[in-house]
Amino acid sequence: MTINVKVMERPVGEVSYVRATLKGLALTLKHLVDPHRVTIQYPDEKWDLSPRWRGTHRMLTTEDGKAKCVACGLCPTVCPANCIKLVPGEDEEGNRYPLVFEIDEFRCIFCGYCQEVCPEEAIHLGRHYENAEFNRARFVYDLERLTAQTHPVSELWDPAHPRGE
Amino acid sequence: MPALDPMQLEPSTWVFIIFTVLKMLAIFTIYMVGVAYTTLAERKISAWIQDRHGPNRVGPWGLLQVIADGVKNFTKEETMPGDVNKALFIVAPALAFIPALIAWAVIPFGAPLPTPWGRIDLVVADLPIGFLFTLAITSIGVYGIVLAGWASNNKYALLGGLRSSAQMVSYEIAMGMSTVCVLLVAGNVSLSEIVMQQATMGWNALLLSIAAFLFLVAAFAETNRVPFDLPEAESELIAGYHSEYSAMKFSMFPISEYANMITASAMFVTLFLGGWDIPFTLWDNSGPATVAKAALTSLFFAAKVLFFVFFYIWVRWTLPRFRYDQLMSLGWKLMLPVALAYIVIVASALLALDAAGLARTGWAFKGALMALNLVLVGVLFFILDRGRLISPAYSRLERERVARLRSVAQRRATLAPGEIRS
Repeated sequence: MTINVKVMERPVGEVSYVRATLKGLALTLKHLVDPHRVTIQYPDEKWDLSPRWRGTHRMLTTEDGKAKCVACGLCPTVCPANCIKLVPGEDEEGNRYPLVFEIDEFRCIFCGYCQEVCPEEAIHLGRHYENAEFNRARFVYDLERLTAQTHPVSELWDPAHPRGE
Repeated sequence: MPALDPMQLEPSTWVFIIFTVLKMLAIFTIYMVGVAYTTLAERKISAWIQDRHGPNRVGPWGLLQVIADGVKNFTKEETMPGDVNKALFIVAPALAFIPALIAWAVIPFGAPLPTPWGRIDLVVADLPIGFLFTLAITSIGVYGIVLAGWASNNKYALLGGLRSSAQMVSYEIAMGMSTVCVLLVAGNVSLSEIVMQQATMGWNALLLSIAAFLFLVAAFAETNRVPFDLPEAESELIAGYHSEYSAMKFSMFPISEYANMITASAMFVTLFLGGWDIPFTLWDNSGPATVAKAALTSLFFAAKVLFFVFFYIWVRWTLPRFRYDQLMSLGWKLMLPVALAYIVIVASALLALDAAGLARTGWAFKGALMALNLVLVGVLFFILDRGRLISPAYSRLERERVARLRSVAQRRATLAPGEIRS
């Protein structure tokens, strides 16, 4: 039942409002005359993305401009967000190709499993982040759009890093 | 024969009226542009202090940002909440702004300007009661904020309005009291006379530093600037008194804040920093008026005012906001007693020096005042530094109470269980 009020005896220098004010003014003035600016003026200058940057997807193509995808179905299986829609098709020679290949970039969590699992190195994440659209439907990228992307693809790991692959 | 020079004579009535209108136009234009660019300056300086760039998209270095802001504010939709008191809701923003503008009428901003039609004083109205006029006008400024808070029919706005009225009334007193010393030294309440007194005796900031300090602090409170911006404390009151305002009506409140800031700076400069006086020379305030003198002194006045506008901004981005009880105890328990004591000290000192037969413009008089001032500043700084005067939670009385409570606690702890406590 004791009332135990702890009264801290602090030195004047620590509790003085006047000194703290003057110190604060000096600090802000220091920054005012010698600013340590870190701002990147975004639309004018952009910073370099890491090779491991995981952005919106890109489908690589063969020399004749067709998607490398063979519709094996590994990527929709491995996708934790369930954002890849794949309907496989087959031509007269028995080669499989995607009839429908859609990625909902809103659902995507950019884990990179699809790129990692792809046996044909067809689907890749991209080093790209300017994805603004005017409506939600535009964020479902179809095959045509995925093959039309031109941005560099993600490395998923840094090849120069000693712990590499 | 300089007396016959028409440039040095008093102008005729018509010339006086025409030039007064011209001066009003000039001041209004410069003032409004100044207010607009103060908003930009605030954003830029705050950005630099925080290691940012600030607005830099509109025009070179963002210089056209104020125009963009103006266009935006004029073209925005204005909402009129359902249950507001319409008349007061519309009048309040104007009421907040107009007093700041009117106060400029009596502030002298330069040495007299010679013209072929006579000598023109660079002040819109050289009232013999200039200082009292500014005190009266600036206290009207509180109505705009209080009425805005009340007419909004919003609890937060009302609280903001109440706070601002309490704050402004409290600091008005300290402000008025701190300037009494200036009036004592000048022996006059005309602002032109106060400027001339400082030109001959030295600036009041050196003679009456404590009064200058009190005035500065009170001016911060009067203009609702940080650290005294409790009326719009966003963490407690959303936006305080202007929560319900939108578009240009809202914009009038920041404009009036900046206008008040410039006016308060101009008042401080006039009362304590020699107004338009150029330091270390008597060239500017003796002999016949010339155009060069008028131009240079006006520039000096502008530079001094701008420095204090900068100071306002600088302090805003350094200090945190006071708590409400700290604000009140600072105003009533510290500033008012100090201001009153200072009046007594300065009055006695002036009486003693006058009785000793020293001339007011002489070095002995000035030196004595300055020495006294130095001692008083030292004492005040020592007291402010040691005592946490603005925090009622930690005062000398409180420490004694703590000691008493401790001894009671000690006694109780030594009682045997079951023993009746007395």
